Amino acid sequence: MSLSASDVEKVSLLARLLLTPQEIEALTSQLGQIVEYVDQLGEIDTEQVEPLAHAVELVNVWADDEVRPSLPRDEVLSGAPHRDEDSYLVPAVLGD
Amino acid sequence: MSLLKKSAVELVSLLRDGELTSADLTRAYLNQIEEHEGTIQAFLHVDREAALQQAEDLDRRRAAGENMGPLGGLPVAVKDLLCTRGVTTTCASRMLENFRPPYDATVIARLKAAGAVLIGRTNLDEFAMGGSCENSAFQTTRNPWDPERIPGGSSGGAAACVAAAMAPLSVGSDTGGSIRQPAALCGVTGLKPTYGRVSRYGLVAFASSLDQIGPLAATAEDVALLLEVLAGHDPLDSTSIDAPVPRYIETVRQPLEGLRVGLVTDHLAEQLDPDVEAAVREAVRVYESLGANVEEVSLPHSRYGIATYYVIAPSEASSNLARYDGAHYGYRTDESALQAELAAERAAAQSEQEEARLDTPLVRMYRKTRSEGFGAEVKRRIMLGTYALSSGYYDAYYLKALKVRRLIVEDYRAAFQKADVLLGPVTPSPAMPLGHFKDDPLGMYLTDLFTVGANLAGIAGISLPCGQSREGLPIGLHLQAPPLEEERLLRAAHMFQTATDWHRRRPDFVASED
Repeated sequence: MSLSASDVEKVSLLARLLLTPQEIEALTSQLGQIVEYVDQLGEIDTEQVEPLAHAVELVNVWADDEVRPSLPRDEVLSGAPHRDEDSYLVPAVLGD
Repeated sequence: MSLLKKSAVELVSLLRDGELTSADLTRAYLNQIEEHEGTIQAFLHVDREAALQQAEDLDRRRAAGENMGPLGGLPVAVKDLLCTRGVTTTCASRMLENFRPPYDATVIARLKAAGAVLIGRTNLDEFAMGGSCENSAFQTTRNPWDPERIPGGSSGGAAACVAAAMAPLSVGSDTGGSIRQPAALCGVTGLKPTYGRVSRYGLVAFASSLDQIGPLAATAEDVALLLEVLAGHDPLDSTSIDAPVPRYIETVRQPLEGLRVGLVTDHLAEQLDPDVEAAVREAVRVYESLGANVEEVSLPHSRYGIATYYVIAPSEASSNLARYDGAHYGYRTDESALQAELAAERAAAQSEQEEARLDTPLVRMYRKTRSEGFGAEVKRRIMLGTYALSSGYYDAYYLKALKVRRLIVEDYRAAFQKADVLLGPVTPSPAMPLGHFKDDPLGMYLTDLFTVGANLAGIAGISLPCGQSREGLPIGLHLQAPPLEEERLLRAAHMFQTATDWHRRRPDFVASED
C-alpha cells in the first residue's frame, strides 16, 4: 500500500495541520516507507486473536459521585492565548 | 566534587545524620551544572535561587526536628513534561514554550512531600517523541561520554545529567524505551516500571496505553530509593494500580536465590553491534558466577514489535495531541496574519465552489497553530497516527496492531514460565554520532527494537551499565520482569552491580575532578 501526495494532503486536514509543499513531499516518501515497513504485520495470522488495547486489562474504575472543588475559573483560563473575563476567545466558528 | 561521586543513598544518610546540609549539597550540584552545562545542555531550565530556597527551607525544617521524608533534601532533576504548578513545562516544544500548569503532577507532589529539592527541568525530544534529544525545539543535549554523540532519548537530558554528576536522581518517562535507551547510552541505571505502577496524572500525554514514569540514577540502589517515592496508587489516575508499594530500598541488597535468567535469543540475532553482543554475553557469565541459572528463551513476535509500536503509539499520539488547538493553552498563530491570508485566498478563488472549500477561520487557526507549534517529528507521528486511524485503514493497521500486541504479551507470558527475568541488550549499538538519523526516521525507529516490547506488554524493564565499546562508550544491559516485579528487577540489577563496577565508571571530566 503506497501513499500519494494527495493522501498526505487529505490526512493533513484530518490532523488539523497545514503543510508546505516541501513537507508534503518529504512526508509522502517518509510515511510511505514507514507504512511499507508496517505492512509486514500482514504476514501474521491473527484470525483467532482478540485485539488488546491495554496491557493491564483493568475493570472499570468508578469515582464516587460526590461534588469536589475544581480549579477556579481564572486559573483554568490563565494559559489561554486569548480570553475575556470568563471564556476562551476564538475566531468566528461559522464564518463571518 | 567528591561529594558528587557519592550515591544518593549515601548522601541521604549524610543529610539525615546532619553531616551535610541540603543547601551545601544543592550548591555543589548547581556549580557542576554551571560548569558543564555549556557543553552538555541537559537542562531546559535551572532556577538557582528557587532550588537553594527549597534546600534552605528543608534544612530549617530538619533543624526544627521535623521529619524530612525519604529524600531529605536531595536534589532531583525532572523531565520537562511533568506538570509543576507555576513552573514552565515545555515538553521541549514551541507549542508549550510559555505553558505554566495550574497544578502539580502527582509525582511532583510526591517528590515535594518526600523532601526533594527540584533542581532543574531536563531536555527531551519534543513531546517525548524520539531517541536522541535532537527533536527538542530548544537544544540538543550531548552525551557526556562524547559530546559529538547523542545522549539517547527521549529522556536524554534526564540520563545525561546523572552521567555528568549534575543531579543524583532524575525522573524520566518511557513510552517505547525513553528511560532505558538513554540510560544505556549514558551509562546510568534507569527503570521503566509496570504500566500503572506510577501515577501518570500531570504527565503530558504521548501514548496513554504505553506511557510510564520512572527513575534514573547511577545505581540500582539509588533507583530503588526514588521508585519507592514515585510508586503507588492514585485516585486521580484511573489506570494506576491499587497494589501496595514494596520497601524497595530495604530489599534491593538481598540477592535472589536460584534466579532463573532467560537470555532472549531473538535479541542477539539481528544487526547487533559486536561490542554490545560481547558485553551482554559477559553479563550472562556474571550471572552464572552469581549462581543464576541461565536458559535461552524466545520472544518470537518481538521482531514485529517496531511495526506494532509505530502504529499504536502514533495513533494514540494523534488523538492525545488533538488538545493543542490554540484555544485553551499554549501557542496560537498570529490572528491578523491568519485573517489576511484567508481574505487573500477568498479574493483569489475562481468560483463559489472553490471558495466553499477554503478553511473556516477556526479550522485555519487550528491548522496554522499546530503547524507552527509542532516540530517535524511530532507532525510526522500525528500524520502517521491519523492515517492509521482513518476510515478504510483502521482495520488494516490499528486493529491489526492491537491483535499482534496480544501475541507479544502472550510471548512474554510463556517466557516468564521459564525465567524470572529476561536478559538482553537495550540498544543495537552504543551512542550514535549526532545527526546520524537526520533524514532517516525509520532508521531511528528501528533502534527501539529491544525496548518497545516492555511497553506493549506493560511489564517492567531496567537498563544498567554492563560494559564499554572499544571507543569507550557505555553499553546497557536490559532486564525485564513480569508486571509488578520491580523488586525482583532491582535485586537482580543490584546483584550485578556487586560483581561489576561498570555503574561506577564516569566520563573523564567527572572522574578527574576531586
